[in-house]
Amino acid sequence: MGLSGASPWPAYQALFTTAFADYWGFASTLVKTCPILLAALAVAVPLRAGLFNIGAEGQIYCGALFATLAGLALPELPAGVGSCLVMLAAMAGGALWAGLPGYLKAYRGVNEVIVTLLLNFVAIQMVSWAVSGPLMAQGAPYPYSDELAESLRLPIVLPQTDAHAGIVIALGLAVLVHLHLRYTAHGHALDLVGRNLQAAAYAGVRVRRELLLAMLGGGALAGLAGGLEVLGLKYRLFHLFSPGYGFDGIVVAFMAAANMAWLPVAALLMGGLKAAAGGMQRAVGVPGTLVDALQGLVVIFIAASHGFSLRAMREHWAGARRAQGSAQKLQTTRTATPKGT
Amino acid sequence: MMDDLINQTALVAFIAAAFRSAVPVAFAALGAMWSERAGVYNVGLEGSILMGAFGAAVGTYWSGSPAVGAVTGLAAGVMLGALQALLTVWMRSDQLVSGIAVNLFCAGLTAFLSRLVFGEKGSTTLPGLVPIPLPVLVDVPVLGPSLFRQDALAYLLMVVACISSWLLYRTHAGLALRATGESPRAADSAGVSVRKLRTLAVVASSALASLGGAHLVLAQIHLFAENMSGGRGFLALAIVILGRWSPGGAVLAAAFFGVCEAAQLSLQFTHPAVPYQLFLMLPYLASIAALVGLAGRSRAPEAVGKPYDRESR
Repeated sequence: MGLSGASPWPAYQALFTTAFADYWGFASTLVKTCPILLAALAVAVPLRAGLFNIGAEGQIYCGALFATLAGLALPELPAGVGSCLVMLAAMAGGALWAGLPGYLKAYRGVNEVIVTLLLNFVAIQMVSWAVSGPLMAQGAPYPYSDELAESLRLPIVLPQTDAHAGIVIALGLAVLVHLHLRYTAHGHALDLVGRNLQAAAYAGVRVRRELLLAMLGGGALAGLAGGLEVLGLKYRLFHLFSPGYGFDGIVVAFMAAANMAWLPVAALLMGGLKAAAGGMQRAVGVPGTLVDALQGLVVIFIAASHGFSLRAMREHWAGARRAQGSAQKLQTTRTATPKGT
Repeated sequence: MMDDLINQTALVAFIAAAFRSAVPVAFAALGAMWSERAGVYNVGLEGSILMGAFGAAVGTYWSGSPAVGAVTGLAAGVMLGALQALLTVWMRSDQLVSGIAVNLFCAGLTAFLSRLVFGEKGSTTLPGLVPIPLPVLVDVPVLGPSLFRQDALAYLLMVVACISSWLLYRTHAGLALRATGESPRAADSAGVSVRKLRTLAVVASSALASLGGAHLVLAQIHLFAENMSGGRGFLALAIVILGRWSPGGAVLAAAFFGVCEAAQLSLQFTHPAVPYQLFLMLPYLASIAALVGLAGRSRAPEAVGKPYDRESR
């Protein structure tokens, strides 16, 4: 902060006011929170089964592509039905993109980290090709698709802003996923797979199927994030439309790794940080990119201070042998929300 | 006769372009190879490339000499490598998370600092490294003018690759390092300092990637742009797998990437109808195919990704 010649306090103040205390600022926070929250869920669900989904970004792109294809192909339908179908298409797209690494991991033993990471770039190029080729709107000055019909678009929740109903859907799903993982037999089975593969198999859990399902579920959530960007915000598919929401999702998922209930809070913080970057620049002339650096620093501090507990969680989820001990440690661990910003 | 000449110049230009685009990836892939062989996933390579690029741009901008720029780029990479080693080796934080955090940090920091240094408009064109034709070799038809009329950093890559191969397979330190990546506990019992070797490997890995970033600025683009690393650090992680965790393999796999990149560039000019994105996808798809094909046959160092704690069992 000091480096750029602005005094830090007003800058932090501006950061907070724009993100949370200002009507339009808060609306823009919500717009950013929606994809970040869904992407975080997309990371958290496979993580529960011990899988690292680094590919939420690609799944977002693939979901948006499927949503656009469905949205442009659908005939006129009663209000709501069309939007739901488009959202389902988006989830299918994301699930497909995550299902491939999920299948490879579960049935072929291929490292899911690298495959999901690589598929990000494939999906981005695929969308780039789609909107500059077959889907490109006529006479478009740069690559984007045709607009979706008005009947498909999501309603706005805060009047006169961009804040669309996607945030409601995302929050609802966050609650559902949390309840599912915590209180259902299937959620318990996933957890068991994450803690100890052999024990899970011995207890009669179909481990391979669970691994694949966890990836499919995660992918569907990320795909929906992409679909909602199209349905609620942009109304068409753009080249490079996601500014790394998938990677923010990873950060959020790890910030709230110890307790899923914190996920929406962490996502809101991250969304606020993103939304405020612009506001801070206007208020005190601190470039928004500094916020990115700050964000990285926050994560570095969290990662470092949680070195031990994260390690415990990693072992916990990756199914290390000392599952019991680290599980106990885990219960005493609460992820601190970042104070550094 | 004329056609032959034109074809030959085109071929020379193509090979030279492929080689040029392979250099940063090859540096980063060698870096990834070193740290993974020691048992650490360095996901922060993307950040190392950016820091190297930024350091090189600033050094060149202030001193006017690209040689100084290469050194400052390297210094930036070493510093970042030290941070990465502190996080992953000494504090044993999760290697994926700390890597991603380092990437976010570097992307923000370099973008921010570049506005402070170069102003809002970004950096102006910087002086770059000049190609040095190697005597004798440059006279070889086709390959001579394409491969042996390169800049100093590209030659450095060839040297580093050979040295890496020798160090890894032919020296005691290399053996100890490989043992550290396979079974840190066994290496520890044999008197090898696991932490020291892993720290060295991570710092070297970041330093190598930063040289790739310096090459990007000094020999290719001649200015610093935000996020100019463009996923090369991530690709390096895949290329290591394609190259089966060996220095030679990493360089060959990077060369394959270079060919795809050059094909993509020349296709955009000559055949605008063919989607160039296809060639941008190709290295990634090939890496995945290789992963699937090699599953079970070629394997990663056993202990890669696992922090080592002497006191645990």
